[in-house]
Amino acid sequence: MGIKILTKDIDVPGIQNFQVYRSYGGYNSVEKALRMTPDEVVEEVKKSGLRGRGGAGFPTGMKWSFIDKKSGKPRHLVCNADESEPGTFKDRYLMSKNPHILIEGMITSSFALGANLSYIYVRGELMYVVNILQRAIDEAYANGFLGKNILGSGYDLELHVTCGAGAYICGEETALIESLEGKRGNPRIKPPFPAISGVWSNPTVVNNVESIAAVPYIVNNGGEEYAKIGIGKSTGTKLISASGHINKPGVYEIEMGVTVEEFIYSEEYCGGIWKGRKLKAVVAGGSSVPILPANLILKLANGEPRLMSYESLSDGGFATGTMLGSGGFIVFDETASIVHNLWNFERFYHHESCGQCSPCREGTGWVEKILHKFLDGHATMEDIDLVADVAKKIEGNTICPLGDAAAWPVASAIKHFRPEFEWYVTNPEEACKPGAYYTGDKLVLA
Amino acid sequence: MLDNNIQFSPEALNLVNKYIAKFPEGKQKSAVIAVLHLAQAELGGWLKPEIMDYVASLLNIKPIEVYEVATFYSQYYMKPVGKYVIEVCHTGPCWLRGADELIAYFENKLGIKKGQTTPDGMFTLKGVECLAACGTAPVFQCGMDYYENMDNEKVDFFLDKCRQENKVSRPYPVMN
Amino acid sequence: MDLLKVTIDGIEIEVPAGTTILEAARKIGKNVPPAMCYYSKLEGSGGKCRTCIVKVSQGSTKDPRPMPKPVASCRTQVMDGMVVLNETSPEIMEARASVVEFLLINHPLDCPICDQAGECHLQDLGYAHGKQKTRYEFKRRTFDKIDIGPYVQLHMTRCILCYRCVFTCDQITNDRVHGVLNRGDSAEISTYIEKSIENDFSGNVIDVCPVGALTDKTFRFKNRVWFTKPVNAHRNCTTDKCSGKVQLWYKGNEVIRVTARKDQWGEVEEFICNTCRFEKKETTDWVIEGPAKVDNKSVIGQNHYELSYDKPVVPPKISLFADHPSFKDDSKFIN
Ligand SMILES: Cc1cc2nc3c(=O)[nH]c(=O)nc-3n(C[C@H](O)[C@H](O)[C@H](O)COP(=O)(O)O)c2cc1C
Ligand code: SF4
Ligand code: FES
Ligand code: FES
Repeated sequence: MGIKILTKDIDVPGIQNFQVYRSYGGYNSVEKALRMTPDEVVEEVKKSGLRGRGGAGFPTGMKWSFIDKKSGKPRHLVCNADESEPGTFKDRYLMSKNPHILIEGMITSSFALGANLSYIYVRGELMYVVNILQRAIDEAYANGFLGKNILGSGYDLELHVTCGAGAYICGEETALIESLEGKRGNPRIKPPFPAISGVWSNPTVVNNVESIAAVPYIVNNGGEEYAKIGIGKSTGTKLISASGHINKPGVYEIEMGVTVEEFIYSEEYCGGIWKGRKLKAVVAGGSSVPILPANLILKLANGEPRLMSYESLSDGGFATGTMLGSGGFIVFDETASIVHNLWNFERFYHHESCGQCSPCREGTGWVEKILHKFLDGHATMEDIDLVADVAKKIEGNTICPLGDAAAWPVASAIKHFRPEFEWYVTNPEEACKPGAYYTGDKLVLA
Repeated sequence: MLDNNIQFSPEALNLVNKYIAKFPEGKQKSAVIAVLHLAQAELGGWLKPEIMDYVASLLNIKPIEVYEVATFYSQYYMKPVGKYVIEVCHTGPCWLRGADELIAYFENKLGIKKGQTTPDGMFTLKGVECLAACGTAPVFQCGMDYYENMDNEKVDFFLDKCRQENKVSRPYPVMN
Repeated sequence: MDLLKVTIDGIEIEVPAGTTILEAARKIGKNVPPAMCYYSKLEGSGGKCRTCIVKVSQGSTKDPRPMPKPVASCRTQVMDGMVVLNETSPEIMEARASVVEFLLINHPLDCPICDQAGECHLQDLGYAHGKQKTRYEFKRRTFDKIDIGPYVQLHMTRCILCYRCVFTCDQITNDRVHGVLNRGDSAEISTYIEKSIENDFSGNVIDVCPVGALTDKTFRFKNRVWFTKPVNAHRNCTTDKCSGKVQLWYKGNEVIRVTARKDQWGEVEEFICNTCRFEKKETTDWVIEGPAKVDNKSVIGQNHYELSYDKPVVPPKISLFADHPSFKDDSKFIN
C-alpha cells in the first residue's frame, strides 16, 4: 500500500463532522500556518513541487507567487470544484466524504495569499455536495476557524460555497470567474490573467480541489517531505478516477510513479479488465487527452514501462504519448468502439462550447456531425481526413483550451485507430450492427 | 412585466438574502445562479419569463441579464418539464457501462423518448453530460440526488418512490 | 510617453504603450488584419471572431520567445521589440481561411437578397480568404426573421455573434433589452420575450453590425447599396450627445437611408441618434456637405452605383457563393 495523504482518513466514520475531523489532526495546518508568515507558507508549497491537479499541472507555489499584492486590491482564492471533465470524479469523492480537508486547505491557502474573501465554486449538479460543504463551513465558523480574527491571529477570512448550473466550460478558470460574478460562462480573453484581474477585477488565484486539499499536509510536514513522495517533477500523490471496462472502478490515491500496468491489473487498484477481456485502449487524463492503444499506454516508445506521472504519460509527445490531465483514467476493452466513443466525446464538446469564438462554436458541431455519419454507415474515406482537418483548424485558434480539448481526441483516435474508421466506411453493415466490434489485425490488445 | 402572483415564500426570501450575503455589497448579481435554482424549486419547476423578471427585480438587475444566464446553463428549464426530471448521464464512461440500456429501460417503462415528458406531467427523461460519477456508472440525477450503479430493479423502485411522493423535485443550495 | 517598437510583416513602427497589434497595423496602413468583432469605440469588444489572428514570432526584446499559438491582434498589446507576422505567414493565412470557413458554414449566403450586400465585411472576407466550394454538407442553422421594434429587423441567421450590438446597447444607450442567449452554436441575439429596442441611440446597432443581421426597417425601397450614392450632411441635432453628422444615401433625388459616417476601417466616426437616422429623410432636413469618400475597395467605390436600375447586373464578389442554392433561385428568398 502506497502512502495516502488525501484519503488517509476518508473512511473514518463521522469524518464529515468537525469534531471527528479535528480529533484526527484536522485543522492543525491552520494553527501552524498562522504562526508563520504568508510568504513562508508559499515557500513551503513551492518546495513541495505540488502541481495543479485540475488538468494543466502548473506548479501551485509559482502560481501563488504571481498574485498581485502591489495594487492593494482585495485578493481572492477560488476553489475550482466544477469537476466536469468526462472520466473525472475524484473531487466529488473527496468533498462529499471528507469536506473539512478542503475547508482546511482553503483557510491555509487563503492565508498564504493574503485573501480575506474566498469561494468554493461547485458545479450545480453536485448540489448535495454544496450542502455538505455549507455544513462544514458553518462548523468551521462556529469553531473559530473562519470569520474575524481566526484563533486570535488577527487574520480574517470569509469563506463561501457557491454553485454553477450545468456548464463544463465553467471549469475553465476565467469562465468560472464570470459565472461566480453571476454571468454566462464565457471565458475571458487573457491577458490579463486572474492573478492580476480576476473576480470583480481583483487579483485572484483559482485552484483545483485536490491541489488545495494537499496544502494541509505540505504545511504540517514541510514542502521537502512532500517532495520526497512521487517521482521526478511529479511529486506527491494523485487521485485517479478509474472508469470504464475494469473490474474495480473508483477513485484511487496513488503515489506518482506507479506503473500503468500495475494500476490497471493489480488488485490494489483497477483489478484488471472486466469479463476476462483484453485491454484495447486508455484515455488516461480525462476525455480531452489523446487516447492511446494498449501497447503505447503500457510501454514507452523505447520499451520501458510507462508510469503514472506527468512526465511519463506525456513521454513521446502526441505521437506516442498522452497527458496525465485531471487523472480521469478511462479504460476500453476489446469490444469497445473507438469510433462511437469519439462521436460521443465530440457530442460532449459540441454541447459544452460556450459559443463565443467561431472555430469552436462552428467547428465542434461540424466534427460531431461528420462523426455521426460513421455510425449511420454513410461515411466515406474522405470523411476521415475531413474530420481530422476540421479538428486541426479548431486547435490553437480559439479563446480558451476547450477548442484544443475537442481537437486532440479526434487527432489521436484517427492516428492510432485509423483502420477501425476505415472499417466503418468499407463494412458499414457489419460495423453498425448492435454489438459488433472491430477485430482487424492491426488492432493491438493487451 | 412583473406578475404579482409570483412571489417566494418568506423562507425562500430568507434564503435569497443569505445567497446575496455571500457576496460583497453591490455584487448581488453573483447570487443569480443560486436564486434561479431556488426559483425552479419553489415556483413551479421551470423558468417562465415572469419568474425571471421577478428574480431580476429581487437582485436589482436587468431582465436581459437574467435571461442571458438562464439560457446558458443546462440545469435551468426554459420550457415546462415533469415534476421529476430524470437526467441520465450519456457520456463516454457511462456509455461504456450501459447508459444506452439504462435510457432504453426508462423509455420503455415511461413510454416516452429521451427529451420527452410523460402525459401526466410526472416525468421528463433527459440525456445529460458527465455527472462526475463515472466510477459508479450508469448513473442519473433527479432533484438533489444521484442514483448510481443503476439497474432495472433500482429504476423500478425509484419510479415507484416518485409516484408516491409526487412533488416537484429540483436542487437548490440549502442554508441554515 | 514611452514608444514601443513593433515590426509587422517587416514594417517597423513605434506606438505608445497599450496599443494593440491591430491598432499598430492600422497605423501602418498596410497588411491590416481583418476585424469582424473588434470595434475600437466599444470597450471590451474583440477577441471572439478570430479573423484578426496573427503570429508573434518574437515576444519582445526582453523575452524574444515566440508565442506558442496565434493571437488575436485586436486584443494583444504590443511589447517593445515584438515581431509580428500577418500576411507574410502562410500558417496565419491558412488559419484565417479556416476561420472564414467556420463563419460561413452556417451562414445563409443569401447575398443576392441581403441589404448589407456590398458593405458586408463577411462578404469582403469571404472574397479575400474563402474557398470556392463549401465542404459543409449539413443543414444550415436557420432562425426566423424578427422585428425588434419599429426600426430594426433582426435576421439572426446571418449573425456571426460578434457581440458588437450588445456592447453598443450597454455603452451607447441607456438600456439594454437584447443580449446573447443560449449557448454554443445555438447562441443567438435576442430579446427573449418580444420587446423592442427603443431608445435614442438604438439605431446604432445597425451600423456596428458587420453583416446583414441587424438592418434598417425604414431603408426605403430596400435597395442594393451599389445603386445608391452616399453624401455627407449634417443638421443641428438637439438630441444630447448626437453630433448630427451623417451620411445620406440617395437614390435619384430621394434619401432612402441615413447612417453614421464610417471611417476607412468601417467603423462609425460618431454615433447618431434615432431621430437623425429614422425620421429625417428629406433633403430639406439637412445641410449637404458633398459626396462621401468611399473606400475604393468597396463595391460602391467601384462605381457600381452608377449602373442604372433596370439594367441586369451581376452582384459583385459573388463567385464564392456560386455553388449555393440560394444563388440559383433567389426568388424564394425575396419577400
Ligand atoms: C474547458 C476546461 C475545463 C476545465 N475544467 C476544470 C475543472 O472542472 N476543474 C478544475 O479544477 N480545473 C478545470 N480546468 C482547468 C482550470 O482552467 C484551471 O487551470 C485549474 O482550475 C487551475 O487549478 P490547478 O492549478 O490547481 O490545477 C478546465 C480547463 C478548461 C480549459
Ligand atoms: S474555445 Fe469554445 S468554449 Fe472556449 S471561448 Fe471559444 S467558443 Fe467558448
Ligand atoms: S460519464 Fe457518466 S458520470 Fe461521468
Ligand atoms: S477582430 Fe479580433 S478576434 Fe474578432
